[in-house]
Amino acid sequence: MENLAITQEVKPPNTSKSPLKWLQDNLFNTWYNTILTCLALVFLFLVFRGVLTWVFTQANWKVVPANLQILMIGPYSIEQVWRIWIVLDTLLVLLGLSAAVWKGLVLRISTVIASIGLIFLLIPLDLVKKIETDPATLEFNLNIVYLIFFKRRWLLGGLVLFGITFFLGRDRNSLRRWVIGGWILSFPWTMIVLHGFGENTISTTNWGGLLLTLILAAVGIAACFPLGVLLALGRRSQLPAIKWVSTIYIETIRGVPLITILFMGSIILPIFIPGDFQLDKVIRAMIALTLFSAAYMAENVRGGLQAIPQGQVEAAQAVGLTYPKTMLFIVLPQALRAVIPAIVGQFISLFKDTSLVSIVGLLDLLGIAKSILGNPKWQGLYVEVYIFIALIYFIFTFAMSFVSRKIEADLGVGKH
Amino acid sequence: MRKFLFRVSAIVLAISLMTPLLANSQESILDKVKNRGKLICGVHGGLPGFGFLGEDGKWSGFDADFGRAIAAAVLGDPSKVEFVPLNAAERFTALQTGEIDVLIRNTTWTLSRDAELGTDFTPPTFYDGQGFMLPKSLNIKSLKELAGASIGVTAGSTTELNLTDTMRSLGLEFNPVVYEDIDTLYSSYDAGRVDVVTSDKSQLVARRKDLKNPDDHIILDETISKEPLGPLTIHGDNKWNDAVSWVVYATFFAEEHNITQENVKTLKTDNPEIKRFLGESGEMGKKLGLPKDWAKQIIISVGNYGEIFERNLTPIGLPRGINKPWTQGGLLYSMPFR
Repeated sequence: MENLAITQEVKPPNTSKSPLKWLQDNLFNTWYNTILTCLALVFLFLVFRGVLTWVFTQANWKVVPANLQILMIGPYSIEQVWRIWIVLDTLLVLLGLSAAVWKGLVLRISTVIASIGLIFLLIPLDLVKKIETDPATLEFNLNIVYLIFFKRRWLLGGLVLFGITFFLGRDRNSLRRWVIGGWILSFPWTMIVLHGFGENTISTTNWGGLLLTLILAAVGIAACFPLGVLLALGRRSQLPAIKWVSTIYIETIRGVPLITILFMGSIILPIFIPGDFQLDKVIRAMIALTLFSAAYMAENVRGGLQAIPQGQVEAAQAVGLTYPKTMLFIVLPQALRAVIPAIVGQFISLFKDTSLVSIVGLLDLLGIAKSILGNPKWQGLYVEVYIFIALIYFIFTFAMSFVSRKIEADLGVGKH
Repeated sequence: MRKFLFRVSAIVLAISLMTPLLANSQESILDKVKNRGKLICGVHGGLPGFGFLGEDGKWSGFDADFGRAIAAAVLGDPSKVEFVPLNAAERFTALQTGEIDVLIRNTTWTLSRDAELGTDFTPPTFYDGQGFMLPKSLNIKSLKELAGASIGVTAGSTTELNLTDTMRSLGLEFNPVVYEDIDTLYSSYDAGRVDVVTSDKSQLVARRKDLKNPDDHIILDETISKEPLGPLTIHGDNKWNDAVSWVVYATFFAEEHNITQENVKTLKTDNPEIKRFLGESGEMGKKLGLPKDWAKQIIISVGNYGEIFERNLTPIGLPRGINKPWTQGGLLYSMPFR
């Protein structure tokens, strides 16, 4: 019996308390803590009351639905909004395929996204129509809201395609490389569909709002990652030329604020480009964002690379792997896994940094907000508009960090 | 690999040598706009009354309407214009590099800009000037009484320079309070942290509406600077500059002769100048390289100057002031159509 007791696990003492006891121990344990707690409660009450009064009685929220169209797509032509739907449906198809071939976390995330689409689909049409056809009660045109969010045919089509591709692709793991190819091709595809050609071209000047913010962020994230990895490998390279070029690049970019690079791109670069050839303004911003983030990405990745013991590389060499194979199959998978939080942090800050393009005259979410405030009808409502776009930024960045935590949990980062 | 790199660099070199040759074509922007079938016009991204994106995703405002007027004159269709929002720093670069055809972004005509910047101005469409706004309760009627006042101004603008120059020439002590952000400037003024606020009068008027009690504030009559705002074209393209200038004159002319959006289509007249204006006689359009009915198209699409003003600037509370036809004592004077 006694021997058994030694091997038995010793459990930590039970620390959970009843809420009342917890309150007493933590908030009201001494007379001065009691006073501080009371003061804090009064303060919180006043702040909350102030905020809630403002939100529900003083704020003029009409500015948001009235300008929802431009907040979402900017000056993009409303008749051409089907292009955006084609892109969204393409992404749903890719998502369906990815969910089918990878399962696990990808499947869970895709399900959540598809469910959000489903919720939009199930909002009663009557309700929307009622708002739309009752101009007496609302002065703004909800017809437009209807057009953007409730073009159900496209949404329904996308969700059906999502389901079909999911069922078709189930357990066909050989499809994986095709799906990755599809995701890579989806970038040029998106640009072509949104831009169009010939008569119906919609130049990037007319891309705006959340649409532009998302495109800038997606392109920046997708492009800065490979570039950052290459730079990180370059900085650790034994070839002096590559090593120095990478180091100089990283340090130069990190020594300059993003806004400087954006200004360089939008003001100085066009002067050096000769003649009639013009690099599109949006593309210039994309390049600036990518080059900037890549330098930070490189340092994040380098941190991961340094955590990999030299023995791993030596072992790989011993079994005859070439340098690219060593990196691709041995070093990088371990290195990147270790720095997921830093990489996602970089993605999140890139997403928020896209708002700086409004300073060089692009109409991203923030640029649109500024433009709305230039509308005499909505002048002075900056708190409402800025709170709304802050909420949009929060939703996206929070979703990104949430997914990152799930990925970490899935890969067991920090556990083994 | 080396061969490949060599080929790539050869191609890059060839392209970079060829582009200046391609670029040297001396085509007027007027012809470029006609060939493209679309005008590209630089505007302000969000300035009340002058340039902003409307709820329907279409650009609105006084400056945007002049962009439409040019498109109507050149292409016969006011919708064939693409607006590019620009910030203060990049507006001239955009014009110089040909990214935009014309810049209509409340830009003040100054000697330095005209001579050095590689841009040409066209007649001003709006005469602004720097003024002062202060609470009625201070009982101040003129600049001279502002001694010792704290005056709010935005940083780094000519506004700040004008303020210092004026106060120095009047020999008045004052306390400048400089703000980086325009919204902060007016909210501080509203909260009483500065006594007086100075800026272009159009801005003062537009911002007064948002104060807690707009009626408690007055704008002094005195104007301490000249801010003639108008469209700009690239330096040296006279054909294009002429066309844009006469579009502006056409809006002045129409107001002088009471030609409006409403009556222009049915107007019957014996006045030879109006006949030339409407393209019924003479070859005014041909001389400018524009269609015969160019001026008529302008009035049909955006109206005369007065109508453009009333549509965009009257709602924000701007009085006509000196932006009236010369016949009514204003500064708008169309050159003769002959």
